[in-house]
Amino acid sequence: MAALVIAEHDNRALKPATLNAVAAAHEIAAGEIDILVAGKDCRGVAEAAGKVAGARKVLLADDAAYEHGLAENLAPLVVRLAGNYSHLLATATTSGKNLMPRVAALLDVMQISDISAVVSPDTFVRPIYAGNALATVQSKDPVKVITVRGTAFPPVEATGGSVPIEAVETTGAAGLSEFVGAELSKSERPELTSARIIISGGRGMQSGDNFHLLEKVADKLGAAVGASRAAVDAGFVPNDYQVGQTGKIVAPELYIAVGISGAIQHLAGMKDSKVIVAINKDEEAPIFQIADYGLVGDLFKILPELADELERRQ
Amino acid sequence: MKALVAVKRVIDYNVKIRVKADKTGVETANVKMSMNPFDEIAVEEALRLREAGIVSEIIAVSLGVAQCQETIRTALAMGADRGVLVQTDAELQPLAVAKLLKAVIVQENPEIVIIGKQAIDDDCNQTGQMLSALLGWPQATFASKVKISDGHAEVTREVDGGLETVSIKLPAVITTDLRLNEPRYASLPNIMRAKKKPIATTTPEALGVDVAPRLAVLKVEEPPKREGGHKVGSVAELIDKLKTEARVI
Repeated sequence: MAALVIAEHDNRALKPATLNAVAAAHEIAAGEIDILVAGKDCRGVAEAAGKVAGARKVLLADDAAYEHGLAENLAPLVVRLAGNYSHLLATATTSGKNLMPRVAALLDVMQISDISAVVSPDTFVRPIYAGNALATVQSKDPVKVITVRGTAFPPVEATGGSVPIEAVETTGAAGLSEFVGAELSKSERPELTSARIIISGGRGMQSGDNFHLLEKVADKLGAAVGASRAAVDAGFVPNDYQVGQTGKIVAPELYIAVGISGAIQHLAGMKDSKVIVAINKDEEAPIFQIADYGLVGDLFKILPELADELERRQ
Repeated sequence: MKALVAVKRVIDYNVKIRVKADKTGVETANVKMSMNPFDEIAVEEALRLREAGIVSEIIAVSLGVAQCQETIRTALAMGADRGVLVQTDAELQPLAVAKLLKAVIVQENPEIVIIGKQAIDDDCNQTGQMLSALLGWPQATFASKVKISDGHAEVTREVDGGLETVSIKLPAVITTDLRLNEPRYASLPNIMRAKKKPIATTTPEALGVDVAPRLAVLKVEEPPKREGGHKVGSVAELIDKLKTEARVI
């Protein structure tokens, strides 16, 4: 048995999500884990991947065709390498979700999406129905193509290892798609999926402008700012803030839900947080049923008070 | 150009699902079923492309039990022109669905295929990507904006860090994210009109596709329950608890 983990990166830095995928691979094929770094001028990323604890070697595929992670160009590369592996893994981020089903179809196998536990090398647990049920599934396919729910697998150490980097032959561009541009959100705050504390706003925030009330609290706590689907649908904030079944899945130490009623689809994205705080004026809101600490009241009074009190006690 | 949309029949998103006592799956008997919300967005996008004069005909395809007809009727009532039902009682997993859709596409020759990025029942998020791979077409997943011109689609995609735009050659597969559009409701006259629109029926056997599941579902269980429900009386008390009891700040 051997596993290939497809590294997530931006050609400059290895994304922490990769470490969660390596952790899952470790439960399947410990000692036989290779990491694929495919990109352009990304040797630095490969060197970082070479330090990841538990890896056996790093495969470096450096080609302009891989610069932006286009699935049409990357999938043939992964398929060509697949023969050496029993398992191919990536994190269930937008890039992993984009690439891996294409790889699976080219290999004529089913993908096992978003696994939250490894039962055995062919059997996995995965959430369905927005996490309201957990399915244990067994794959009959010769190669297991897997995306990993990052929050379910604590990351391996980013350093400590030292393994060789092996350049692999590249497959070039498929000529089907081109990258045009990106508009990435710039924020001084931590990323949602790796933040230790998250404060999220829902429809109760009433406008995008009011999110500055959350930001003030976030700054005191070093927290990331998220949102419910209702807040995204209402146009308060961009979609990359969204926590939920159709957005990001998070499991921070502390999740503070503000003006969020607690729709199933939101709970699906945050209910594995260690501690949940809910602030809502409706004391019947379902979010209180899962909150460790609930505070009923007007968020427009509570948030400034919270920011002041945190400031005072710092 | 022709557009093809795939629409899945799923448990309505407002229904709180129940896991069967024997752990074989989720209770679907006497449960309200609806079109997968992301597929509604796909139908809407096809309609808007037709209204913009880019798409000439919209074919709505559904796969599964006979009742998937109703899901196709919903798409027809929204405005799709005709339907194709691939009827089977067999469990269909995304790889099989992608193969069946491919078989229909080979017959229908659409230039653009639009489907939801994921179904809210199995949450797989695979079918569109698999379909484009099998066709050798490009894919644009998680679309929040679609512009068609000169045989290309310029698609803005929702990615973890923000937005990304790609240009893909047609024919292509596009999967929808939730901000792409807001689907219309079918008006009563359109619901009546939809009853007369044609739905062709075929089967996996007729299309020559092996749909045997590759994943065996060993069991389906409820997730562990979270114990919550404690209230605090003030901001000060909340901070005290977070500092001394939960020790997270």
